[in-house]
Amino acid sequence: MSYYIIKRLLGIIPLLLGITIISFVIIHLAPGKPTQLEMSMNPKVSYEARLRLEKLYGLDQPLYLQYTNWLKRFARLDFGPSLTDNRPVLDKILERIPVTLTINISSMLLIFLVAIPLGIRSALNPEGAFDKITTFFVFLFFAAPTFWLALLLMNLFCITLGWLPVSGLTSLDFEYFGPVRKAVDLAWHLTLPVFVSSIGSLAGISRYMRSSMIEALKQPFIYTARAKGLPRNTVIYKHALRNAILPIATILGLSIPALLGGSVIFESIFAIPGIGRLFYEAVMTRDFNLIMAEVVLGAILTMLGNLIADISYAYIDPRIRYRNEK
Amino acid sequence: MVVFFVFSGAVYARDYGDAIVSASIADARTLMPILASDSASSQVSGMIFNGLVKYNKDIHLVGDLAESWEVKENGLVIIFHLKKGVRWQDGHPFTGRDVEFTYRKMIDPQVRTPYSGDFERVKSLELLDDYTIKLTYKEPFVPALSSWGMSIIPEHLLKDKDINDSEFSRHPVGTGPYKLKSWSTQDKIELVSNHDYFEKRPYLDRYIYRVIPDEATIFLELQTRNIDSAGLTPLQYSRQTDGVFFKKNFRKFLLPSFTYVYMGYNLSDPKFKDLRVRQALNYAVDKEEIIKIVLLGYGTVSNGPFVPQLWAHNPKVKPCEYDPELAKELLRQAGWTDSNRDGWLDKEKRKFEFTIITNQGNQERIKTAQIIQRRLKDIGIKVNIKVVEWSVFIAEFIDKRNFEAIIMGWSLPLDPDNFDIWHSSKTRPGEFNFVGFQNKELDSLLEEGRREFNQEKRKSIYWRINQILYAEQPYMFLYVPDSLSILSSRFEGVKPEPIGIGYNFIDWWVPKDKQKYRAVQ
Repeated sequence: MSYYIIKRLLGIIPLLLGITIISFVIIHLAPGKPTQLEMSMNPKVSYEARLRLEKLYGLDQPLYLQYTNWLKRFARLDFGPSLTDNRPVLDKILERIPVTLTINISSMLLIFLVAIPLGIRSALNPEGAFDKITTFFVFLFFAAPTFWLALLLMNLFCITLGWLPVSGLTSLDFEYFGPVRKAVDLAWHLTLPVFVSSIGSLAGISRYMRSSMIEALKQPFIYTARAKGLPRNTVIYKHALRNAILPIATILGLSIPALLGGSVIFESIFAIPGIGRLFYEAVMTRDFNLIMAEVVLGAILTMLGNLIADISYAYIDPRIRYRNEK
Repeated sequence: MVVFFVFSGAVYARDYGDAIVSASIADARTLMPILASDSASSQVSGMIFNGLVKYNKDIHLVGDLAESWEVKENGLVIIFHLKKGVRWQDGHPFTGRDVEFTYRKMIDPQVRTPYSGDFERVKSLELLDDYTIKLTYKEPFVPALSSWGMSIIPEHLLKDKDINDSEFSRHPVGTGPYKLKSWSTQDKIELVSNHDYFEKRPYLDRYIYRVIPDEATIFLELQTRNIDSAGLTPLQYSRQTDGVFFKKNFRKFLLPSFTYVYMGYNLSDPKFKDLRVRQALNYAVDKEEIIKIVLLGYGTVSNGPFVPQLWAHNPKVKPCEYDPELAKELLRQAGWTDSNRDGWLDKEKRKFEFTIITNQGNQERIKTAQIIQRRLKDIGIKVNIKVVEWSVFIAEFIDKRNFEAIIMGWSLPLDPDNFDIWHSSKTRPGEFNFVGFQNKELDSLLEEGRREFNQEKRKSIYWRINQILYAEQPYMFLYVPDSLSILSSRFEGVKPEPIGIGYNFIDWWVPKDKQKYRAVQ
């Protein structure tokens, strides 16, 4: 097992190198430079001043040199300064992580807590009334565009009813609140964003759960268990569920990169300073250092997520065990 | 007289306290003013820092950190007399040494400032005493005066520091009416009033700048009264904010903006070389119609490169009337007729067809292009529209001069010097005369306009420039949009003037009984 893990971890290195080379080239193929965005078409910025800036940022060097410079820094885990405000790229990413993690973990919990029971309940009586109604609603939410749903809910809960705040993470006088009131304030601000970010994903998980549960319930050992006279709940939640939950564990592993991902549209609407907006703006401003850091972060998390999913498989299912070759 | 006196006395009993919350779609990038190139950074750092000069409510240059100035030797020498007793927000006194330090940093090749151009014209800077600065220029340069509106940064805090480094830019210390309290990236910036500000203590205690990237959300926040001021679109201004709620809680402002929108031609394209063609296109497009449809009427027809509230704007230059018949006649004279009767004009067997390019994300410009497309179809010219992302637009089309026509806007500095945009020497890739306009008379007027310190003479130069540019039509000058905004009605002391409403921000106040946010300090 440990041999397998080490092999997989070593495999990440060449893969990562390949990913960075391809990304670096593609990013630089896109027209435009970081010095261009705000300064072009600004008559106060002279031509010479712009050339000077390009030189200071090293943008006048050939691409392979720019890449090797980047790689040298990356080897020391230094992602360099952001080209828009000169702050270290790592700081910029780290300061967004708490917010993004909080929202993503809460919404993932919400998704699993709601979707798994929904899927199980649907599977017990496929095509029954409960199944049909949930199918209709989860797909309705799945199909509804986030921004539209968010605006409708904001209008209802924030303007018409006045129960929730429209946007932002905290109230303006947050710093003067006591610890309890701070927590309440934060939860109050997160209610709508977490709800909106979860509701669209209910469809996927609940459908997976439903179909894998239906599959499990058809297995011969379930008939045996029933024939043996075991209580219904034991059959469903012990024998069937343990088998049916396997694919969900895979999905959980694959969701790890998504924990640090964000959605631009959703974060923009709720004015949440999350990672999605940071990445989007980096691309729009051609902030090469920041884009590369994001690419690397995404690549590593995806590869680790895959690895964790594979390993957790082995633990949940005794049938799948990685053989120690040698 | 006595009654008036008593009345105005009453008005001056103003209360301190409260906060103003404004919203914007973008966060500031840096509060180091000499590096700031985006509008959000300039707006916030403008509250924290001062320049030597500033524009007053009537758009005239007045002293800010400078008490007065003298222009000598035909403009080669400018002497600034600085205000005494001004202190930095950390208590350190402000002197001419800070001005000298700022200047040295502006021309330092290692400093990543985009604004070095104006300061490289200085031949020498001499500190006559702590409060007098003598500047000698290589040649007379009138816009030099307004270039000293550049924020002055403190020498004692930055002497041995790397200016490009982010430390000061996140914790700025200026001389201005507000100081930074906290900055939570992409969320909000909070400023508090500087009680020792050299003009006076501002009445509003806090200025909170919230970043809300979505315009629909900003509008919803207005409806919950969580934000006090925001810009409005023409639709929001005219239809969505006229209900009882908005009338009761908000005040709306309509002011001319400092931007004009135009369609620029590539003048090296044979179609557009002929002046008659450019004039014909100008007659064929109804600018009033564009303003009515695109801006719902909130704008004025542009007559050249100067917006109406500037002194350089020549009111005698009248925008031409919409006259498609005259347009057809001019095109016929230029050799464009429908010889094969297919409905489109042609000349030497080539159809009159061109593409207008504009940038993505600006609906007003896209709609304008569509109206132009429709009107030119009426006279037999086929127009295609291409919309591209901003960076691509600049890098692939403008800088390479790879376009036939473009729709763009200029937001220009308040000094009318348009040298960089129209002078025939400014046509290298990346420079601003990308349409390739060349005109000897205009070249010499532009040069003269930069040298002439006499205001009356300077005015007549720019009036003539205005005239030539409208007659020559290197751009089809389209419109000057109005700047539409909304502000909570609890703020008193707000008086719209030609420059806008923000000029007397430190005089805005809220009566105690209407104050919404807790007092600080």
